[in-house]
Amino acid sequence: MYKYDDYDQQIVDERVLQFRDQTRRFLAGELPEDEFLPLRLQNGLYVQRFAPMLRIAIPYGMVSSTQIRKLAYIARRYDKGYVHFTTRQNLQLNWPRLEEVPEILEELASVEMHAIQTSGNCIRNTTTDQFAGVAHDEIIDPRPWCEIIRQWSTFHPEFAYLPRKFKIAVCGSEQDRAATQVHDIGIHAFLNENNDVRFKILAGGGLGRTPMVGSVIKPSLEPEHLLSYLDAVLRVYNRYGRRDNKYKARIKILVKALTPEVFAKQVETEWSHLKETDARLPQQEIDRVQSFFTEPDYEKLTNIDLTDLALSAEPDFQLWLRRNVHPHKKPGYSAVTLTLKATADAPGDASSEQLEAISDLADRFSFGELRVSHEQNLIFADVPQSRLHELWLTLKPLNLATPNQGLLTDMICCPGGDFCALANARSIPLAESIQRRFDDMDFLHDIGELDLNISGCMNACGHHHVGHIGILGVDRKGEEYYQVQVGGSSGHDASLGKILGPSFKMDEVPDIIDKILKTYVELRTPEERFIDTCRRVGVQPFKEKVYAKAA
Amino acid sequence: MPKLLKDQQISNDDFQILQQDPEEPVLPDGNVLFHVSSIDQAVKTNGLHKGQVGIWFDSDDEPETVANALNQFEIIAVNFPRFMDGRGYSLARLLRERFDYRGDIRAIGDILVDQLYYLKRCGFSSFRLREDQNPDYALAALTTFSTDYQTAADKLPPVYRLRHQL
Repeated sequence: MYKYDDYDQQIVDERVLQFRDQTRRFLAGELPEDEFLPLRLQNGLYVQRFAPMLRIAIPYGMVSSTQIRKLAYIARRYDKGYVHFTTRQNLQLNWPRLEEVPEILEELASVEMHAIQTSGNCIRNTTTDQFAGVAHDEIIDPRPWCEIIRQWSTFHPEFAYLPRKFKIAVCGSEQDRAATQVHDIGIHAFLNENNDVRFKILAGGGLGRTPMVGSVIKPSLEPEHLLSYLDAVLRVYNRYGRRDNKYKARIKILVKALTPEVFAKQVETEWSHLKETDARLPQQEIDRVQSFFTEPDYEKLTNIDLTDLALSAEPDFQLWLRRNVHPHKKPGYSAVTLTLKATADAPGDASSEQLEAISDLADRFSFGELRVSHEQNLIFADVPQSRLHELWLTLKPLNLATPNQGLLTDMICCPGGDFCALANARSIPLAESIQRRFDDMDFLHDIGELDLNISGCMNACGHHHVGHIGILGVDRKGEEYYQVQVGGSSGHDASLGKILGPSFKMDEVPDIIDKILKTYVELRTPEERFIDTCRRVGVQPFKEKVYAKAA
Repeated sequence: MPKLLKDQQISNDDFQILQQDPEEPVLPDGNVLFHVSSIDQAVKTNGLHKGQVGIWFDSDDEPETVANALNQFEIIAVNFPRFMDGRGYSLARLLRERFDYRGDIRAIGDILVDQLYYLKRCGFSSFRLREDQNPDYALAALTTFSTDYQTAADKLPPVYRLRHQL
């Protein structure tokens, strides 16, 4: 993975000093709250319902065992001994003290980490495929490009006070595991007919109140022009994006208002002035960054028949092999998901003890590195297949071997009303009640691939629009209610879910999910996943079942 | 009088900012900034007036339409109605880089210590500080970072060129 050089380290160190001074001035009463606000947000610091929340960047989801150990230490020393992984491959501390945040940032800087631009109206952490570099269907490794974008976007002087937040995602494989179509900018890396790397650029996707799928604004862009082109997109947005209404301020609203064609033309005009400047990326720098993402020292192995392996072991192990072990481009290796979705643990949470154990396992089994996925799970990317059983045996007592990757109970879930000041409703207790109701692994495996996404409000941090089943917390006269939708997807065939009808109370939701699942089981053809059936039959049969009067 | 940070020095900013489309245009003595909508009058006045004449843009004004006339003025100001309104950063870069404006570009309005570093990088060469701002902090803020990741109007080589001695 990427290693800082002196330049990178110096910039992060100088940021710590800057924020230490800003915090000092705030605490001394020299800096008013409303002027400190954007400064602390651009360092990932929120003031939440009960305490501040600090969001730490995990650039494109890559993290080393050394960094995870430091995070475990920070969580124990400065917080309550656990962390929360987010849907944007970042990590949150829910109870730090404002006074200690500069110290936390200094600790982070010592392991090449930071909280820069993890919030605020600026360019946020760039996200990508959690299987980048090892995916069997990968065409281009997106990580060097994510790192190049990370550096370009860090303290970009022109784009620190945008109309609204700005999120970029990159993917380089056939299957889009980075939800690029619902980002402000989505970048698809591909090879053209001459085998040269090119980027397809999408703009104007997003979730939130007005969910939209992005439009292609540039079918093919040369890598050397990546940064100047991004500059051009951001400049058009910075100048013309709406600033009068925060709910209409995202780039998607501008792209829609202008039409994608006109927006693309404006960007093209802007870019024509920028492309031949120093913003052009030197090949030496592309080569340098790519040199950090070479293959680790893989052994020469051959593929093991996983079916044989499964049959020789415990039934639980078979389920885990089927769900949590993923194909790898190298023979004899697999990628493994540790779902942070054990029943009764808040989705995406991990304790300091778990993190320390995970670091040791990463060193033993996967070259000392791991990944965070936007489904709020952790991944060991490079596990020899011959050691899968040994790894599983070690994970089990840590409560990290739940065999539910991609299943109903592996849900995406925002922190909700238990933590977040914006939420209309709680999401963690709802997630738990669903996990308790559907705890039969055989049933879950029979239902198969199913994304259940829960957001506590329409800001959609839990990505409910693109869940196969999406749940949205709403407020009805001061009471928590939940709206249910089906048919969303964040994959390469992205789509937005459709609302079934009037909302439900929390204790009704598990029954409603059950009715939806029964409808699917009745209607599915043998090969159909839940989402396929939804697309074929539409929302009506689900609606009828869910709202049918009791017979 | 508002404090001005320019060339590493703190002084007083004695420019008077003329409002957009004044009902009774009376030209005061001394240094003045005309709003860009009155650029014709500014052109006529420039040279005849006792004091410097410049132009100011608000954050939603478009410099494209008056680009050719700009270099006859020694100073152009860009207004930040609120410090959170980031359009002025793009305007300054356009003035410096697209329209090759070589005079003083002044940040006016809600100008605070913690934005000065970015403002400087985008081509601003002087800063009319909001009255409550500490001038010593302002001076120090200009050197918050010793190196930068991206190109901007300051024309300093970005890290990706420095690394390869380009």
